[in-house]
Amino acid sequence: MPGVEGFMYPNEVSLYWSVLIVLYPFITGLVAGAFILASLERVFRVEAVKPTYRLALLTALAFLIVAPLPLQLHLGHPERSYEMYMTPHRTSAMAMFGFVYLWYLMAVLVVEIWLDFRADIVALSQSTTGWKHWMYWAMTLGSANVSERALAIDERVGWVVTLIGIPSAFLLHGYVGFIFGSIKANPWWSSPLMPVVFIFSAMVSGIAAVMLLYMALMRLRKQPIDMRCVDTVASYLFYIFIVDFSLEMLDLIHRIYEADESFRSLDFMVHTRLYFSQIVLQILLGTLAPILLLFVAQVTKLSEPTRKKIYAVSGSLALVGILAMRWNVVIGGQLFSKSFLGYTTYKMALATREGLLVAIGLTLLPLLILAVLMKVLPPWPEKKHASIPEAVAAH
Amino acid sequence: MNITRRQLLILLPAAAVAWESVLAGTPEAAPNYNMTDHWWSMLIDIPKCIGCGNCVRACQAENDVPDGFFRTWVERYHVTDWNLENPQVISPDGGKEGFPVAKEDAGKYFFVPKLCNHCADSPCTQVCPVGATFITPDGVVMVDQKYCLGCAYCVQACPYGCRYIHPTKKVADKCTLCYHRITKGLTTACCEACPTGARQLADLKNPKDPIHAFLKTHSVQVLKPQMATGAKVFYNALDGSVR
Amino acid sequence: MRLFRDAGHLFRLAGLFAFGTLFILTIRSFLVPRTFGEYGHYRGAAIAEVAAHPARFAGHQTCETCHTDVAQTKAAGKHAQVNCEACHGPQAKHADDPSSVDPGKPDTAVLCVRCHEASAARPKDFPQVNAGDHSGGVPCQTCHQPHSPAIGSASAPASAAGGTK
Repeated sequence: MPGVEGFMYPNEVSLYWSVLIVLYPFITGLVAGAFILASLERVFRVEAVKPTYRLALLTALAFLIVAPLPLQLHLGHPERSYEMYMTPHRTSAMAMFGFVYLWYLMAVLVVEIWLDFRADIVALSQSTTGWKHWMYWAMTLGSANVSERALAIDERVGWVVTLIGIPSAFLLHGYVGFIFGSIKANPWWSSPLMPVVFIFSAMVSGIAAVMLLYMALMRLRKQPIDMRCVDTVASYLFYIFIVDFSLEMLDLIHRIYEADESFRSLDFMVHTRLYFSQIVLQILLGTLAPILLLFVAQVTKLSEPTRKKIYAVSGSLALVGILAMRWNVVIGGQLFSKSFLGYTTYKMALATREGLLVAIGLTLLPLLILAVLMKVLPPWPEKKHASIPEAVAAH
Repeated sequence: MNITRRQLLILLPAAAVAWESVLAGTPEAAPNYNMTDHWWSMLIDIPKCIGCGNCVRACQAENDVPDGFFRTWVERYHVTDWNLENPQVISPDGGKEGFPVAKEDAGKYFFVPKLCNHCADSPCTQVCPVGATFITPDGVVMVDQKYCLGCAYCVQACPYGCRYIHPTKKVADKCTLCYHRITKGLTTACCEACPTGARQLADLKNPKDPIHAFLKTHSVQVLKPQMATGAKVFYNALDGSVR
Repeated sequence: MRLFRDAGHLFRLAGLFAFGTLFILTIRSFLVPRTFGEYGHYRGAAIAEVAAHPARFAGHQTCETCHTDVAQTKAAGKHAQVNCEACHGPQAKHADDPSSVDPGKPDTAVLCVRCHEASAARPKDFPQVNAGDHSGGVPCQTCHQPHSPAIGSASAPASAAGGTK
């Protein structure tokens, strides 16, 4: 049997979950992370991160729209996916995820964005003509009431929605972790820590993504980067990274110390087939390196250009590390036999429905959607430019 | 012996009636089959298995199992000395064409036929998001091929590797315990084809089933009991090295 | 009253959600299969669909209704517990139309060794031979009647080759 070492149950030789299922928790994680960053400003009133607030919300929405696509594409019968909402199975984590997703998309993210942008939408519906006018008019739901009182109500309701949104974001990504963590047949997945690790790694990836996007967009728009904001975001990234790393190490140490029946098999896998993606990409390059870089930026007084470079590098490394972590969970969990007696190999296809090209396309698609969203709902309206010197002045 | 089907029906009314219902292929047509009167399981007598692969071939012929996938398969274990944790296991093409001749006599060899355990508390039916896989009132875990999404979550959840995604139908597929046979008074294809009686279909709700006497007098075990799946395929003389 | 006016857009949003929920619930009542939930959280009709699969193995009871002579020979010999289709393969088509579907005869050179070729892996008490040394290439049925394989048993090997035709 090509690619098989030792003994696999005969039905285990080919993998059933492909690279698309690697993308799914990665993308969902970006959503949850970006939203939690946005809610920092709203609920905990962290003024410094305000410039990223709207960007984070739109990023979350862009990625959330794409999140179900890899699942949909991997299904044997995508046309039957509606059944998930028609006859959801109460004992299935996957069925419940469908509802958590819908709740998060509709009740939290869309409502929060709508409330926050409503004044802009009303203004745009009045200043535009033609189909744009009608689009914005539809988005106002036919109500142009932007009186002070109405906006004050929006602000209060938005605050409540955000408050509900934080646990919802945790739920959204915790549930993704639970989908894996609750599979008792698979010792690589089965762990009560799985949802927690997923949430913290989601926050790392989401915060890193918004930080990178903010810096890149400011550069594209030839506007100054608000360093107070980026410094604050980077410090959050650093702290959450440490929590995430500690949890992952706790899981690892626990496994090594307990060394149960599956340990030898998993240990062998980590030292061979997963060595590059787990040890090199995930732990060394994707976790320890960015933590070290962020630590240096925290404790030393570096110049602004150096800090920008450090943030850009550590943010990118963090994303690579989290993607590698998803890979190691999803693909790694299928490389060993449930008999613990053998290993198989994953050969990623290139141009098939579940191939590499589709995966790359799905990773880029949210950025495209984000670009469209930012055209429709500009996060930094032109007139607000006046507020930037105020932020710069804070230095 | 030239007998037409018509003659067969005239000559042997009792057998013919049963056979008619087999052909008709509807449970309603099966005389007196009542789902609530049965609780199906299987008994596997390891010392009787000779590794001929008859069951694997029979299953593929009976159920149109695609090449490279298995509703039942046979593993050959080779355990040397006390090394229970490192058995050498092979299952070439699921044991479909038998096994290579073993010359070396050190240690012990034995064959382990595997199939779906039709678990009473099945982890695979638990995780199905839409209710496309389930356990019937008579204790058979099956897949609704017209309703399955093909998400493969059940494949991941089965601790025994008994499920696969059908390569052309794109839905989960697995052993049905030859439900189309057992509801008409026949045994499964694998049991029918087993030359040594190493596999025995059993009905736990039938007090006259010989399995009750067997379970009383033998040391039986299910696979991976630590998984607490309520597995209903019982193995006689199962070695501790079997995974 | 002012509150109602200034929160009017929120009521519109709530109305939109209510409409959406109602819409989905309406669709749902059409799309859930009729037999869903008959026995549990699944489509009850699926059980009958699985049961409708055609049988390929007729079962030894069916074989024995016609081939009574072979059944008797077999019952007296060492292969009493071996069902017909274990060697002859699935014969439902033959059972359904005995005159037009000829099952053919299995090749003993392939068939016998599947079970009886000596291997350290087989149970020790199971009869097994090293076929090459044992017969030197002479077909098994020259000495052994497959339906009653012990040498010197009821049927002579010659009739075994002819089966029951």
